[in-house]
Amino acid sequence: MSKKSFRQAINEALAQEMRRDPTVIVMGEDNAGGMGAPGEDDAWGGVLGVTKGLMPEFGRERVLDTPISESAFIGAAVGAAATGLRPVAELMFVDFMGVCFDQIFNQAGKFKYMFGGKAVTPLVVRTMFGAGFRAASQHSQCLYPIFTHIPGLKVVIPSSPYEAKGLMIQAIRDDDPVIFLEHKVLYDDEEEVPDEPYTIPFGEANLTREGSDVTIVAFGRMVPFSNQVADKLEKEGISCTVVDPRTTSPLDTDTILECVADTGRLVVVDEASPRCNMATDISALVAQEAFGALKAPIKMVTPPHTPVPFAPQLEDLYIPTPEKIEAAVRAVAGA
Amino acid sequence: MQLSREDLLKAYRDMRTIREFEDRVHDEFAKGGIPGFVHLYAGEEASGVGVCMNLDDRDKIASTHRGHGHCIAKGCDPKGMMKEIYGKRDGLCGGKGGSMHIADLSRGMMGANGIVGGGPPLVCGAALTAKTLKTGGVAVAFVGDGGSNQGTTLESFNLARVWDLPVVFVVEDNGYAESTASAWSVGGSQKKRAEAFGMPGTEVDGHDFFAVYDAARQAVEFARSGDGPSLIHVKLDRHYGHFEGDAMTYRADGEVDRLRQERDALQIFRTKVSEAKLLEIDQLDEIDAEVKELIDQAVAEAETAPPPTEADLLTDVYVSY
Amino acid sequence: MPKWGLAMTEGTVVAWHIGEGAEVGVGDDLLDIETTKITNVVESTRAGLLRRQVAAEGATLPVGALLAVIAAPEVSDAEIDAFIADFNANFEAVAAEIDASAPEPETIDAGGAAINVLRMGDAEGPPIVLIHGFGGDLNNWMFNQPMLAERHRVYALDLPGHGRSTKDAGAGDLAALSATFLAALDALGIEAAHLAGHSLGGAVALQAALNRPARAASLTLVASAGLGPDINMDYIEGFVRAGRRKEMKLVLQALFADPELVSRDMVDDLLKYKRLDGVERAITTIAEAVFAGGRQASVLGHRLHELGIPAQVIWGAEDRIIPAAHAKELPATVRAHVLEGAGHMVHMEKAGEVNALIEEIVAG
Repeated sequence: MSKKSFRQAINEALAQEMRRDPTVIVMGEDNAGGMGAPGEDDAWGGVLGVTKGLMPEFGRERVLDTPISESAFIGAAVGAAATGLRPVAELMFVDFMGVCFDQIFNQAGKFKYMFGGKAVTPLVVRTMFGAGFRAASQHSQCLYPIFTHIPGLKVVIPSSPYEAKGLMIQAIRDDDPVIFLEHKVLYDDEEEVPDEPYTIPFGEANLTREGSDVTIVAFGRMVPFSNQVADKLEKEGISCTVVDPRTTSPLDTDTILECVADTGRLVVVDEASPRCNMATDISALVAQEAFGALKAPIKMVTPPHTPVPFAPQLEDLYIPTPEKIEAAVRAVAGA
Repeated sequence: MQLSREDLLKAYRDMRTIREFEDRVHDEFAKGGIPGFVHLYAGEEASGVGVCMNLDDRDKIASTHRGHGHCIAKGCDPKGMMKEIYGKRDGLCGGKGGSMHIADLSRGMMGANGIVGGGPPLVCGAALTAKTLKTGGVAVAFVGDGGSNQGTTLESFNLARVWDLPVVFVVEDNGYAESTASAWSVGGSQKKRAEAFGMPGTEVDGHDFFAVYDAARQAVEFARSGDGPSLIHVKLDRHYGHFEGDAMTYRADGEVDRLRQERDALQIFRTKVSEAKLLEIDQLDEIDAEVKELIDQAVAEAETAPPPTEADLLTDVYVSY
Repeated sequence: MPKWGLAMTEGTVVAWHIGEGAEVGVGDDLLDIETTKITNVVESTRAGLLRRQVAAEGATLPVGALLAVIAAPEVSDAEIDAFIADFNANFEAVAAEIDASAPEPETIDAGGAAINVLRMGDAEGPPIVLIHGFGGDLNNWMFNQPMLAERHRVYALDLPGHGRSTKDAGAGDLAALSATFLAALDALGIEAAHLAGHSLGGAVALQAALNRPARAASLTLVASAGLGPDINMDYIEGFVRAGRRKEMKLVLQALFADPELVSRDMVDDLLKYKRLDGVERAITTIAEAVFAGGRQASVLGHRLHELGIPAQVIWGAEDRIIPAAHAKELPATVRAHVLEGAGHMVHMEKAGEVNALIEEIVAG
C-alpha cells in the first residue's frame, strides 16, 4: 500500500494484468511513442504518460503504437478481442469516437447478441474525457451517455486512484466490451492504493458519503466535488449521501433508489451535456420508481447545452463547480 | 494446379451449395417466407470458394452484406444458416442476427456485416491475434467494390501494412455498389491502391474458380510466411439485385441473362474439369442432386422450426450482467 | 492523542468521563476518542488529579496532541499553564518526531511465505507476539500493541491469506497456519515468546505451542477458536460472501457488543481487503478447513495442561461468534476471564482490561 496517482494506478493495473495474462495487449497512438523515430524508445508512454514503461517491460509485440487511424485500430482491437486476445485500446480523447464509433457500437457492442450468444469480445477502450484543460470543444467532452445508450457496452467512470485500479483490472478480466473513461483532470490525484491486484465489481455503486438529508449522485470528477460539498454542509447540519455509481452501464439503480428513499431529496451532478445525459436518466428513474419518496423536486447540476468553450473564463462558467452543487443541495434541502 | 480429385469435388460441392442455397432463398423470399432483407451471392461462388479452399481452421474471414456464400465456403452449416435467415431459434445465431449478421466464430467466420466496410478493421484484429499468439493463422477480409471506398478499408490497408499483419484483402467487384456502378464510384484501380500502400495487388477473373484459387493461394502463403498483407481484386457478377426485391432498373437490358449464360462460374468449372478429364460430368450431376436434397431439407426444416421466445429477447446482451 | 492503527492521523474528542479536579488512577477511563475507523476510550496511564481537560469535546486533534494534564495537587495552576504553553509551542517538532518514528510493518520470508509483521517497542526479554483472527489483520491489535509496547517488544503479524501477507493460505488448516507462524518466529529470531491470539489466531497460537512447547513462554487466548466445537457459521459465511457495504456492516456488527462501533472505514477496509486477488480463495479455504461442516475441526483445550506454561483465556460475555461457554470447560490451571459488556472483539472493546491481563501473565 502506498500513495499512487490516478495515472499510476491505471498504469499498475495494466502492468499487473499483462504480467498475469499473456493475451492482454495494449494499443493506441503513442502508447509507447517514438515508433520509427530516431530518438528515444517509450518516448511518451501515452500522451499523458499513462502507459509509460509498459513497452520496455512487455515489448513492441504487446504494446503497439498505431497510426492516427482510429477506425482501423479500434476495429482491430474489436477483431482481436473476438478471436482470443484481451486488448486494451486507447482512444486518446473520447471526442475522437466520431471516427471509430461504428467499430464500438455496431461491431463490439452487438457481437454477443447478433451472434446468438456465441461471441465474447473482451475489449477495453480506455479514453480520456472531461473539461478543465482549456482544450476546447473537440478535446473536452464527456460523451459517456452515448456509450451508455448502447446495449452491449459496459461503461466505467472511475472517480479516484483506488477506484481506477480496481475497475481497470475488472474491465480487463470482463468478457464484454468495456468503455473506460478517465477524467483528464484526475490524473494527478493521489490516494492510498494497494500494491496487489484487486477488482471492483461493475454495477455496484459506492457511497462515498452517507447522510440523511440529501442524496447526491455524481460521476467522475464530480464525485470529489460532491464530497467536498457534503463535508462542508455536514458542518452546517445538512447531511448528504454521495453516490458514485462507478459504472453507468450496468447502473446500480437499487442503491440510487434506496438512498433516495432514505433522504427524499436528490441532486444529480453530471458533467455531460444536459439533454439525454445521466442526470436526466437518473431523474427519470427516480421519478418513476421513487416519486412518493421525494420531498422536493429533483435538481440536476450540469453544464449548459453548448459545446465546451475555449476561453478560460468561459470554460470555468461551463463546468459544474462545488459552488453550483452546493446551491442545488441547499435548494432541495430547503436551506 | 495442386488440387486433388477430392479438393475439386469439394470445390464444386461448395459452389453448388451456395448457388442452390441462394436460388432457393430467392424463391422463398418471393413467396414471403423470409423476413427482412437478403443480399444474395449467386454468381460470385468462385470467389468465396476459391479463396476459402486455401484456408484452414486457424484462419478467419470477415464478410460483407452478401455473406451467405462466404459462410458456406468457410464451412458453416447450411441448415443452421437457413434457419437463421428464417429467424428461427435454432438458427446459427439463435435468430437474433439474420442474413446480414450471420456468423459462426467456431468456423472462423466473423460475420456478414450490415455496415459496408465493417469487416477489414476486424480482420486486422484477427490477424493481430494470430500474429501475437503465433497460431500461424491468416485472416481474410472480403469487401465489395462499395466497401472498397470506405475509410475503414483504406485505413485497414495501412494498418495491416505498418503492423505487418497476415491479412488478405479480397475486393469482390460485382460492378455495382447497390445501384451505382463501380466503374463510376471507384477512383483509380484496386491493384494500384494496394501497391500504393506497399502491398502486392492482383486482378483475377472471378468467374474462374481456378484463377481465384491460384491468386488466393499465393496471397495466403505470402501472409502465412510473414510477408504481410496483399490484395486480390476479383471481378465477377451477381445474378440477382442488390437486395431481394431490387427491380434492377439500373442494369442493361438482357445483362443478367447474358452473364448467366456466358460467365457462369459453375458452368465454367464443369466445362474445365470435364474437358481436362479431371472429373466426370456424372459425378457433378450426382453432387447437384445431393445438394438439391440438402437445401430442400434445409428449407423444410427452417419453415417448421420454432421461433425464438420472449425470454430470448433479453439474453446475450452481456456475458454476465 | 493516541495513535490507534497505522492509518490514524487525528482523532475527535467525543466526551469526557472525568471532570477537572477528580482523582484518576492508572487504567481509569478518561475520555472517548473517535477516529474514522472506531470510537474508543482513552485510559489514564498515570495517577493523580485531572487538573486540566485540554482537549474540548468536539475538537479534532492530531496524533500526539495534548489531551489532559494530570498532576499532583501541589503543582500550581501557573505551572500547569506554563506546561501547556510549552507543550503547544514545541508541538510541531514533537509531532514530526512521532511521524518519523512511527513503526512501519515489514515483510519477512517465513519458510517461503511472505508474512507481514509490525514490531513495536524494543524492551529486552521474551517478546509478545499477537495473532489476529479470521478475516482480520494486525491492525486489530491497535488498542493493545502500542500500549503493551511501552514495556515490551511486541510483534503483530498477518496470517497467510490476511492483511498484507501472502494470499496463499496453503491447506488453510491449523497445521499449515501454525507451521507458517513458527517459521515466522524463526525468521524473526524469536526463541520463545508470550503468545496472544484472537479467535482463529488463538487456535494457531495454541497449535503452535503444542507443536513446539519451547517457543511459548505463556499463552493468552482471546475469544479463541480451538477450545470447543461451536462457531457462528452465519458470521463466517456472511463474511466470506459480503461484497457490499451494507452486507458487510451487518456481518461485522455481530463482532461487537456495541454494534455502533462498526464504522464506515472499518467496513471499507474489509471490503478493500476482500477485493484483493486471492483473498476470496484463501478465506474460503481456511473456513472450509477449520470450520468444516459448521463445527470447529480442532478442539485442543483439554491439551492445555500438557504445556506447563502459564495460560489464560479471555472472553467477551456477549460473544456471538464463539460462545464464552467454551471458557468453562478447560483444565483448572487455565485462568478464565469473561468480561462483561464485550463481544467477540473483546480486545478492542475492553482493551484496557485485556492489556492488563496480558501484562499480568507476561510478568508471571
